Amino acid sequence: MEHHLLSIVTFMPAFAAAILAIFLRGDDKAASRNAKWLALITTTVTFLVSLFVFFEFDPANTQFQLIDEADWLLGLKYRLGVDGISILFVMLTTFMMPLVIAASWNVETRVKEYMIAFLILETLMLGVFMALDLVLFYLFFEAGLIPMFLIIGIWGGANRIYASFKFFLYTFLGSVLMLVAMVAMFSEAGTTCIGGCEVSLLTHNFGSESFDLLGIQIVGGMQTLMFIAFFASFAVKLPMWPVHTWLPDAHVQAPTAGSVVLAAILLKMGGYGFLRFSLPMFPVGADVMAPLVLWMSAIAIVYTSLVALVQEDMKKLIAYSSVAHMGFVTMGIFAANQQGLDGAIFQMISHGFISGALFLCVGVIYDRMHTRDIDAYGGLVNRMPVYALIFMLFTMANVGLPGTSGFVGEFLTLMATFKVNTWVATVAASGVILSAAYALWLYRRVVMGDLIKESLKAITDMTPREKWIFAPLIVMTLFLGVYPAAVLDITGPAVAALVDNYDGALAAAETAAQTAEASN
Amino acid sequence: MISADLNIILPEIILSLFAMGALLGAVYTSKDSLGGMLVWATAIIMVLLAAWIGLAGEGTRIGFNGMFIEDAFARFAKVTILLSAAAVLVMSEGYMKERGLLRFEYPVLVALSAVGMMMMVSAGDLMALYMGLELQSLALYVVASLRRDSVKSTEAGLKYFVLGALSSGLLLYGASLVYGYAGTTLFSGIITVAQEGETSLGLLFGIVFLISGMAFKVSAVPFHMWTPDVYEGSPTPVTAFFATAPKVAAMGLFARVLHDAFGDAVGDWQQIVALLSVLSMFLGAIAAIGQTNIKRLMAYSSIAHMGYALMGLAAGTVLGVQAMLVYMAIYVTMNIGTFAFILLMRKDGQPVTDIAALSLYSKLHPGRALALLVLLFSLAGVPPMLGFFGKFYVLRAAYDGGLAWLAVAGVIASVIGAYYYLRIVFLMYFGEDRSDTLDRNAGGLLGGFLVASALIMVLGIINMFGVEGAAAAAAAVLVN
Repeated sequence: MEHHLLSIVTFMPAFAAAILAIFLRGDDKAASRNAKWLALITTTVTFLVSLFVFFEFDPANTQFQLIDEADWLLGLKYRLGVDGISILFVMLTTFMMPLVIAASWNVETRVKEYMIAFLILETLMLGVFMALDLVLFYLFFEAGLIPMFLIIGIWGGANRIYASFKFFLYTFLGSVLMLVAMVAMFSEAGTTCIGGCEVSLLTHNFGSESFDLLGIQIVGGMQTLMFIAFFASFAVKLPMWPVHTWLPDAHVQAPTAGSVVLAAILLKMGGYGFLRFSLPMFPVGADVMAPLVLWMSAIAIVYTSLVALVQEDMKKLIAYSSVAHMGFVTMGIFAANQQGLDGAIFQMISHGFISGALFLCVGVIYDRMHTRDIDAYGGLVNRMPVYALIFMLFTMANVGLPGTSGFVGEFLTLMATFKVNTWVATVAASGVILSAAYALWLYRRVVMGDLIKESLKAITDMTPREKWIFAPLIVMTLFLGVYPAAVLDITGPAVAALVDNYDGALAAAETAAQTAEASN
Repeated sequence: MISADLNIILPEIILSLFAMGALLGAVYTSKDSLGGMLVWATAIIMVLLAAWIGLAGEGTRIGFNGMFIEDAFARFAKVTILLSAAAVLVMSEGYMKERGLLRFEYPVLVALSAVGMMMMVSAGDLMALYMGLELQSLALYVVASLRRDSVKSTEAGLKYFVLGALSSGLLLYGASLVYGYAGTTLFSGIITVAQEGETSLGLLFGIVFLISGMAFKVSAVPFHMWTPDVYEGSPTPVTAFFATAPKVAAMGLFARVLHDAFGDAVGDWQQIVALLSVLSMFLGAIAAIGQTNIKRLMAYSSIAHMGYALMGLAAGTVLGVQAMLVYMAIYVTMNIGTFAFILLMRKDGQPVTDIAALSLYSKLHPGRALALLVLLFSLAGVPPMLGFFGKFYVLRAAYDGGLAWLAVAGVIASVIGAYYYLRIVFLMYFGEDRSDTLDRNAGGLLGGFLVASALIMVLGIINMFGVEGAAAAAAAVLVN
């Protein structure tokens, strides 16, 4: 069936951005109000249209669906589509964006440009999750850097310049290596189609014979090299220890809405990349590197949790906890079994809601006090009971309390890893305790106790607007916590197919290696 | 026979006759007051010739016993050269007039150098090559020092002349060696000699000297030293001219010589070109970081870009030449837009080239700042701008040509290079408030060029306006 639903969803925000850029004039109050409303309406409508995509989508079918295709230059194709892995990320993006816009209602400088940047960013993020052409994917993946660079640089905090440069160059360096690998894939396979074509990269068998490069034996050959190149990009984006250091800086300096987008959606591009490229396209390479990645994840979980314990800045603390949670994601992905992948996807979706909500929680008090120092707060429960309740819910979800969505992902990934590598799972499990330590301690220092600070005496509780922003996030966090099947039913078949292919490819490579040895 | 030959070089003849007619006319009449009119007339003639060459030309025609080749490759290069030269001429009119530099010689010299460039990309013989090259260079030496009362401008002209003469010497020496060992100056003759087994040592030396001479013209490292000084010293419109048309011509010539004359000895020159490429990319990227003058910055930027174009050539394949042509077309478009912006940078009516003056420019001129942002990201090769596709193209060509290491080096250099483009974006958008901001001035024609080139960078990603197909045809003719 031919239709352009996906293109419409993807480009609607960009279209609204163009309208804002061309037709909205002036800097006065009315103009910025119009910009805000147009952005809010567009993102909401985008979400509603994306619901059509969601209901059209058939989870039982493991193929790409709703494909929208056209010819493009260089013999490439413009090709969008969704499958069981990407559909949820698309929904997460369209779901979060209206909340992000609503959370930016207090922005006063350059409102028009701000909204344009966020709308374009939404188009690019949706494009990443839907692109079915290698170069198209790269295009969306990289282009997202530009609006994010501007968002951090213009509307960010005091040290925003350093943070924006670090963010840009770090992620750019990561992804250019991926570009070389993409060029190589194009040359080897002769196509840039990711999946669903006659010749597609997902079904192409990249060379996995070991060879020597500069005197070093590369086990897994070509596949390992390509895996490393892609890994460089996705690991920075996710981010994984030890290349995570850009994230706390970027988060601290970004405006609240920027942090929410960064934590809730942009980080997921890295995880999505692993699921879409690294694992299915280079199974042998992934298998070679998996033990290393698993240990890196375990270290990430423990190390960044410890770092989070000593943070003085609320946003930094949550940023480090994000890195720790992404550690569970990589662990689940590279356990490479059904629970692991299901758990990783679940963890990413749930982390999207929870970390987004936590950054919004910080935003609520930052808007009032203009400081993120934990020491500047204390005893907020006395003046802000509703806030205390909401903050507690998301703190608990962040810890992974059963009944919240945070629990399911952590449990599934730990279980999956336990089957593959008991030691990694054991080390990682200690991270759960550490996360309880830093999250609860943060909560105690900010919310509990007596209200003794003079400056806090006049603080007001959440406005209706703020409550409305949190409402959908609370619903989703609890709903997924008690009914995880809502996510797992959709990802299940696609993940099962992925795992089947992965195991099949490994077995085939094994047999090939044995035959080669026998014939020698 | 002679009429057929003349027919082939008719565009060059028309442009030369026009230049000489204009020269005579201006000398015998009102001299400099004709300057403005002549600029427009030259630009119009160039655009018409470009349209004629681009639309009417087909097939391959060889004239003067193989000394002059008119094929799809030459046509692609000529159209790019003529259009960019016309654009720069039109852009320079206002600037030159305000500074009293609009002498009637200026358009005439530009037209003559364009003739030289057209000659270069059509050369089928070492003599024809040298003739075109010198005609182009001599005209450029003069326009570099157009501002006679400025020390920097005369210095630029002199430096360019001395170093240019040196490189011409190298090139001539190489040409004589090639002639000595191949027994002919015709490319078609040289290629048959080069085909026969091992390339002789003398011929190899000849190639090296030829490449050195041409590397100077494209300002590839280590023959780049003149570029920053000449770019800085010359009047800005002249710099814009240097950065565009002559670069296309020199790259065209480079490709022509390497493939037409030494197409079967790829192994002999591939490493040299790859080395030039990698050095240019890194030096261009690193040296630009410390620059405070935007013209010098653009000089290093163009060195880096030549490195990427050479990467395409180094591949030694059809795809490589095609990638180089596409890259040059995109590069020229970006540079025209960027220089249109630089020409717009004024303070109290005086031109400014200090990068720091761009502080918070986005508040002064949001539209222009956005256009420059697009161009800078395109120059840096960040998707989704067209500049990215240029890079993607050459990377792919290099990888296909077995130069994976060059592709890796190229992307690393592009990350380093991204820093200095970002620095300008950073100044424009997040800089500090300064009391001495630039003037708010009407954009007019220059603003039009700036916006048009930014739009091309964004909209071009849909289908590249057919440039890709033309480049493919051009490359297929050259490499066979």
